[in-house]
Amino acid sequence: MTDYTDRLRAAARRLLGEGRVDCFIGYRRGSLPLAAQPAILTRAEQADSLIWDPSCGMNLAHYAVGRADRIGIVATGCVSRSLVALALENQVARERLYIVGVPCTGMLDAGALRRRFPGREAAAAAYEGPRVTIAFADGNEELAVAENLARPCRTCAHPNPVVADEMLGEPVASPAVPAVPEEAAAAEARSAAERWAYFCEAFAHCIRCYACRNACPLCYCPTCFVDESRPQWVGKSSDPTDTRTFHFLRALHLAGRCTDCGACERACPLDIPVRHLTSRLNAEAKAIYGFEAGLDLEERPLLDRYRPEDLNDFFK
Amino acid sequence: MRTRYYERDAFPPAVAELRRAYRVFVPVRRGDFHAFAEWDDSVRPDFDYRKTRVPPKGLVFPQSERLLVFSTDERDPEHDILREAPKDFPPQAVVGIRPYDAMAFRVLEVNFDTPEVRDPWWLRRREATTLIGLARADEDATMFRTENYAGPFDERGLDVIVYDLGRGYLAKALGEKGEAALAAMGGDEPAADALREVEERIARAATPELPAGRLRAQPAAPELPTGRLRAQPVVPLFEAEFWDEVAAPCLNCGVCTFLCPTCWCFDIQDEVRKQEGDRIRNWDSCMFPLYTLHASGHNPRGKKTQRVRNRFMHKLKYYLDKYDRGVMCVGCGRCVEACPVNIDIREVAARLNGFGEQVERHDR
Repeated sequence: MTDYTDRLRAAARRLLGEGRVDCFIGYRRGSLPLAAQPAILTRAEQADSLIWDPSCGMNLAHYAVGRADRIGIVATGCVSRSLVALALENQVARERLYIVGVPCTGMLDAGALRRRFPGREAAAAAYEGPRVTIAFADGNEELAVAENLARPCRTCAHPNPVVADEMLGEPVASPAVPAVPEEAAAAEARSAAERWAYFCEAFAHCIRCYACRNACPLCYCPTCFVDESRPQWVGKSSDPTDTRTFHFLRALHLAGRCTDCGACERACPLDIPVRHLTSRLNAEAKAIYGFEAGLDLEERPLLDRYRPEDLNDFFK
Repeated sequence: MRTRYYERDAFPPAVAELRRAYRVFVPVRRGDFHAFAEWDDSVRPDFDYRKTRVPPKGLVFPQSERLLVFSTDERDPEHDILREAPKDFPPQAVVGIRPYDAMAFRVLEVNFDTPEVRDPWWLRRREATTLIGLARADEDATMFRTENYAGPFDERGLDVIVYDLGRGYLAKALGEKGEAALAAMGGDEPAADALREVEERIARAATPELPAGRLRAQPAAPELPTGRLRAQPVVPLFEAEFWDEVAAPCLNCGVCTFLCPTCWCFDIQDEVRKQEGDRIRNWDSCMFPLYTLHASGHNPRGKKTQRVRNRFMHKLKYYLDKYDRGVMCVGCGRCVEACPVNIDIREVAARLNGFGEQVERHDR
């Protein structure tokens, strides 16, 4: 996967140099091991600061929203799905996007690595093919990236970009994944009371920093309902009712729209499983309507279409 | 100045003695992270922890606090009159707080205890709080030192400092509150060798070796680069071109501010249920557009770059200029660690500090 760095730099240099795009959205090396920082380049000579490795997890589609210029962007399967969903909702213009596609084999879960090496601190990380070597003060650890993937990557059915203007490599095989993600399946097995208890416990330590919302490329409302002050829909205190209301509504606003990139969970400073709610809704959209968001530029969003064969049991 | 020594296993029971006279807050493990929680029979303290994910500032400055109450029932002769919300401020001891988090209260106090305004709730809770700090040289790679954090043995913000000597703990009272707490904890006079070991550990920490795991892409910088900030004129810094670049990856979430032990901004809200109203103070964040939204609809910091700039300028320049007490940062590194897009205050400080002179660019 790291082999793509050189090709990515060359593509960005070419696109910016030839004036094909006005900016190029990618990642550069972060200040911490296992961290990459989203970067928006505007000059061809900045291309060499781009990197590509399994730390490039934050969804870049967020940075394409609201821009009026011509955008080059590096996209995995999930970034491309977000871009498709955003194009269908008129938040990005496909003709102003130049998508450099990367077949993705999954991104690392920094939280899982922390759990795996409690009390030890990574000093550096080096990527070699499918393996990552993490340097600790007391020696190196070599790990398979595939065994330390972020949760959404473990059940990703669309690792290849669904739309691209050029590809940096051959598509990878789509892994066989369960029709219903593990989290959603686990929720299925619980009773309503158990699900409620689980939800209350899992979200109890939320500090309402809204990182989940802000990291989500599909959360682009100019004013979010929690930021409305006239009228104010949701209380601003740390009262559990308000916190739960925020999470419920955030998830429901993503029904039929979420592409399951996991940016919400990746951004959460408290490792709250915020994706459980949306993955459950995604499973429902797929089961009832056979719909997955962000796969096809020609297919209207789920809540924006009607088909005679749609489930209509609720008409009484 | 009272000093006491506790064998490793004898320390938690000594702390438990405090529960007779104080509400005692201790670090507990919660999933992958640690957090301060009241020590009751449902929690187990873990004094081997390094850093809590959410700082303990909420023990004095809660994320949400009901300040005043009122009735909207017009039959009530006192309707719409604000009354203080009934509550008490029992003595509380925060045991195991790290020196940087304790210093954070000193950084915060300039906002709540001023010559013009003394915030009664903050002050009463602060007054009721005894800080019993844990001193151990275990800084991680995201931490750094500032005028308000001199290292793992910094005792300035504490009432008692407890040195972790491995086989046991040596506790030293630092003032009246500390004397009272240590008296309640019992324990024995330390032996001479324990006192000597403390001196040695402090001496070692004063000239810090590079902790393993420092950043490779940066020079080792245990000190936040701030030496030139005082002399920097404020307007050119405010207008510097680099702010757009600093802000570009920012998601404008509140992680950095809510996890910051020295961020103090709040919002005041009225909530009414039936005819009973509460006036509540909640943490707020300068990263949120609503924070500066005027009633007219105008927003003086409507753009992301303006908000990011304000956060760093407040911490690194305005606070310094206004109070002359160093920067508004105790070097805990929580914002560095938890930022979803790895915006690093050390790099921003380097830009501000080096502004106007030829500095090495942080090309990564």
